[in-house]
Amino acid sequence: MALTNLFRKKSAQKVPEKKRGSGILVFENTSEVIKAENTLKAQGLAVTVMGPPPEVRTGCDLVIEFPLVQELEIRRLLEAVGIPPLQVVPVTSPLLKPVNLFQIKDFGGHLMVRAANMKITVDKATRTIVNISGGGCPDVPYLAYELVGKSLDTAPLPRDLGHTLCGYALQLAYEEIARQCSRL
Amino acid sequence: MLAVIGTIPIKKSPLKSGQVAFEGESLSLAGERIAVNRGTPALLAAALKTTKTLGAPPPFTYLVGDIGLGHGSLLLYEHLADHLPQANFSTLTFHYLQPIVHWHAKILGAIEIMPERPRLIADAGYMYMAKMSGRASAYDLFTPDVGELAFLADEEAPHPFYTRGFILQEENRVPDLIERAYHHNNTAQNLLVKGRCDYLADRDGVVETVDGPNEEAMEAMGGTGDTLTGIASALIETGMPVGRAAIVAAKVNRLAGSFAKPSPATQVIEIIRQIPQALKQVL
Repeated sequence: MALTNLFRKKSAQKVPEKKRGSGILVFENTSEVIKAENTLKAQGLAVTVMGPPPEVRTGCDLVIEFPLVQELEIRRLLEAVGIPPLQVVPVTSPLLKPVNLFQIKDFGGHLMVRAANMKITVDKATRTIVNISGGGCPDVPYLAYELVGKSLDTAPLPRDLGHTLCGYALQLAYEEIARQCSRL
Repeated sequence: MLAVIGTIPIKKSPLKSGQVAFEGESLSLAGERIAVNRGTPALLAAALKTTKTLGAPPPFTYLVGDIGLGHGSLLLYEHLADHLPQANFSTLTFHYLQPIVHWHAKILGAIEIMPERPRLIADAGYMYMAKMSGRASAYDLFTPDVGELAFLADEEAPHPFYTRGFILQEENRVPDLIERAYHHNNTAQNLLVKGRCDYLADRDGVVETVDGPNEEAMEAMGGTGDTLTGIASALIETGMPVGRAAIVAAKVNRLAGSFAKPSPATQVIEIIRQIPQALKQVL
């Protein structure tokens, strides 16, 4: 365990500063990589094709490096053209996984769910989204503006309007609170 | 002068700069009316309430529209890199901005050649960017919540979304997380962790805590962290030492929250209204 941590730390320190906010998209084969690159570049996204790090080798010799914070936007674009990536990982530490822990707080009449840095709160009786808080990327205030005051049944999904990892975290919190409310 | 740098959630709002004023309960900047709900406008409104109450000059701001695509933030970074070297601000507060890591060094480079080095405060996306760049210790104050503290404490995570599960964001582990964040040089000189209990810390550990009055509902409300950072920024600009300003801000924010008698559905403007009364009581 200690040895693993040593290697991880060394690996993270080696990553140049300009790559520390980058992620890697892994695909089934090279033709998917080329199609994805064309799709993303056509949308003005700063992506680069490169060789994969050892931790994520899957047989395909190429991966796409992209601005990690825009993961949600990029997943949406690629799903729309039928080439969702097999894997999305941060360059700094390819073994990291997205958050999968939720914290739930019951205020009596309201229920709050937190995923990573995002919180969503719903009125249990009406299923109305009453507050969204946390986050740091600029789509958070935009998502709050679009979602607060709407019912879980009619509100747009964060994944359809958001662009960043904060938006992605809100989507996970949204799914969890919808699951919790369906049990009430 | 205090300058607040951030975004508003409007796709095509051009970059605007200048001193802000109130227009009713909205903000007015360069002829544009800006709604105050959460994010940078909430931070600005809290800072403006504080400066007005203390008889200090209103904050200056650089604001641009950005809904998460990063275009507005990029425009703002380019503008700051050009303009900050000639600017004369004594406090800079960075807020909801798209983290574009390679811009961090450029902005910090521009700050380093300002006539006088300002005090630097970061929250939200810009705080993430400062940590990701490995230059967090250049800042005087970070104001994370507990989830964000876990991200600062995780030396591997490039964004809170990837914070590792074993670094759980539990309130009772806050001192451990603070120690870990400082151990890896991933936080500012002073750290104000907002939560059920607010913690002020520095490299030597927890300095002071504030746990009352406690309104549980504030945890659910969007913008209560933004108001805290805004109050702290305005107090620091008055010349108050950073640590003391952070503690006073925590007390004022809690008291304003208590005066508002919030529910989890309360909106942050109701707390902002109470800042003058809370400030007078705390000071």
